[in-house]
Amino acid sequence: MTTTARYPLSTLKSHLAAACAAAALLLAAGGAEAADLNALIWCDHSDPTLLEPFEKANDVKVNVKEFEGTGAGLAIVDQSQPGDWDVMVIDSIDVPRGVEKGLFEPLPEDKLPFADLFPEVKMDKSTIVDGKRYGITEKFGYNTIGFNKTKVDPADMQSLASLTSDKYKGKVAIYDYYLPVIGMAALAIGKKTADLTEADLPALKAELLKMKANAKLVGEVTASQTALATGEVDILVGGGEWVTAGLAKENPALDFSIPKEGAVLWSQSLAMFKDSKNKDMALKFIQYIMSPEGQARLATSSCYWGMPANKTAALTDEQKKILRFDEQPGFLARAQAYPAPNADLDKKMQDMWTEMLQAQ
Amino acid sequence: MSVSGSNSRALPWALVTPALAWTLLFFVLPFIAMGFSSLTAHEGGGFTSANYSQFFIDPSYWRAMVNSLEVTAIVTVISILLAYPFAWILAEMVPERWQRLALMLAVLPFWTSYVVRSYSWLLVLAQNGVINRALTGIGVIGEPLQLANTRLATVTGFVHFFVMLLTLTIFANLKQLSPSYRKAAADLGAGPVRTFLHVVLPLTLPGIMVGAFLTFVLCIGDYITPQILGGNNELVMPQLVMMQIGRRGDFPLASALSIILMAVVTIAYLACARWLKIERA
Repeated sequence: MTTTARYPLSTLKSHLAAACAAAALLLAAGGAEAADLNALIWCDHSDPTLLEPFEKANDVKVNVKEFEGTGAGLAIVDQSQPGDWDVMVIDSIDVPRGVEKGLFEPLPEDKLPFADLFPEVKMDKSTIVDGKRYGITEKFGYNTIGFNKTKVDPADMQSLASLTSDKYKGKVAIYDYYLPVIGMAALAIGKKTADLTEADLPALKAELLKMKANAKLVGEVTASQTALATGEVDILVGGGEWVTAGLAKENPALDFSIPKEGAVLWSQSLAMFKDSKNKDMALKFIQYIMSPEGQARLATSSCYWGMPANKTAALTDEQKKILRFDEQPGFLARAQAYPAPNADLDKKMQDMWTEMLQAQ
Repeated sequence: MSVSGSNSRALPWALVTPALAWTLLFFVLPFIAMGFSSLTAHEGGGFTSANYSQFFIDPSYWRAMVNSLEVTAIVTVISILLAYPFAWILAEMVPERWQRLALMLAVLPFWTSYVVRSYSWLLVLAQNGVINRALTGIGVIGEPLQLANTRLATVTGFVHFFVMLLTLTIFANLKQLSPSYRKAAADLGAGPVRTFLHVVLPLTLPGIMVGAFLTFVLCIGDYITPQILGGNNELVMPQLVMMQIGRRGDFPLASALSIILMAVVTIAYLACARWLKIERA
């Protein structure tokens, strides 16, 4: 007969004591993390090749938490204590949402390499609020047409009309994020993404339904990337360098085009929290990410590739070729802004997207 | 005497208090919070019933509920039809000493991650997956069939999982069934089919219903399988709930949709409550 069986209460008490001790240790460890850098990030920032050089150089541990979607990210902040987080990666168009909630600290422009950024991706309209800059664009790219050039005619990929043509019926996947794909639908019907209003929704819906009728699936990042890479589909609506560049070595047939109607420019920014307990280190982190070395590592992150916002990024010639670095001036000239609807229009756009997904 | 009496009255309460506290803390309170949230406007706060009315007014919203119910019904029926014979073979035809091993093999799918299992099915059902390659290889079809990213794929992924669950509940019920029932039926002149239909099946109904209810609850609330295998060609309720959170962070609408989903589960529970007495399963 074991002690456990003979003295269940004392055993329970000792287990409780052990559990309390373990909880105290965990709490202490949690407290210690306040001295580290706590970052709310997208998956491209969790690559050790990006974080380790910064951690070693500054003798700091970067604790990261990944999220998808600004709403989910802001919910994490809502559920945290002020000061829990130091920096956040956020869609550039959503920087004002964080500012409205009083979350972000203005960034010191003189200590960051704004002069080295591609001018078109500074996104002043959204990163500057009331004359103060709250976000710095760190990475960008295009929601456009990603395709397998051995399966489709690359000349067809120069027009958004191909996405709805019978020629490619059943060969198309749509990236499951309503804003950029609605932006592409706007381009297809000759509208400017920055000027979209509620009156445009019926025409946009008709275009989306035509796209859906041609599509085999509507998938989030992994699903749509997998579908294109495995040959399940030949075209990805909303795809771009973020899908094809990272797979270039394994699958050189994957490519993207900026069609004659244009493409939608996506960009992500870094912001610092107003309540950060470690603002000096937070600024150092932002400076590192925006440095030529940090930019090269971020641009070629294992999660997804994208264009570095800093023109001086230390990319190799091969990496530049894969990202089509030298073609950027032409691409940027034809790209249009990510749709940035107000809350009401945003809801209506999402409902229109829901309707499109449910259409048979 | 009175002390002993009050002790005997207090003991049951003392014993159930941890469970009640747990339920209060981790179910009732969050549920109340969700209820309040569902009645709050996303923009500007304030009381509103708009989050509920949106579900009933917008066809693409209630279509998600219809899709959920259709998928769940199909999965539950197919899983029962497959699990019953499987459980019967395990309980009646496999020697006692091999039953443990057979059961272990039956629950093997539970050992792998849900996400990994779903992606594995995607590879099997893909255009250049195992099934299409085999069918085109032997000349049954000329062009690959679209199996992945369909409702069929979602149902397949679900059935693979829930057949095992139902097998366990039905097997447990069959093992509890005394052989004397069948002997008595035979003595009274009933053949094997009649015995099964009028004696065995009614007596194993609790096992079927417990498994069916678990299948219903887990299936209708699942996000992963339809998201990975369904290709978003139709939305089910959990996907609709998640959509509200991703970019817009519309927790009030997500809460209202979750409560509607929970109401449907409650109705399902009430509909089969008479068979859901655990001690009979």
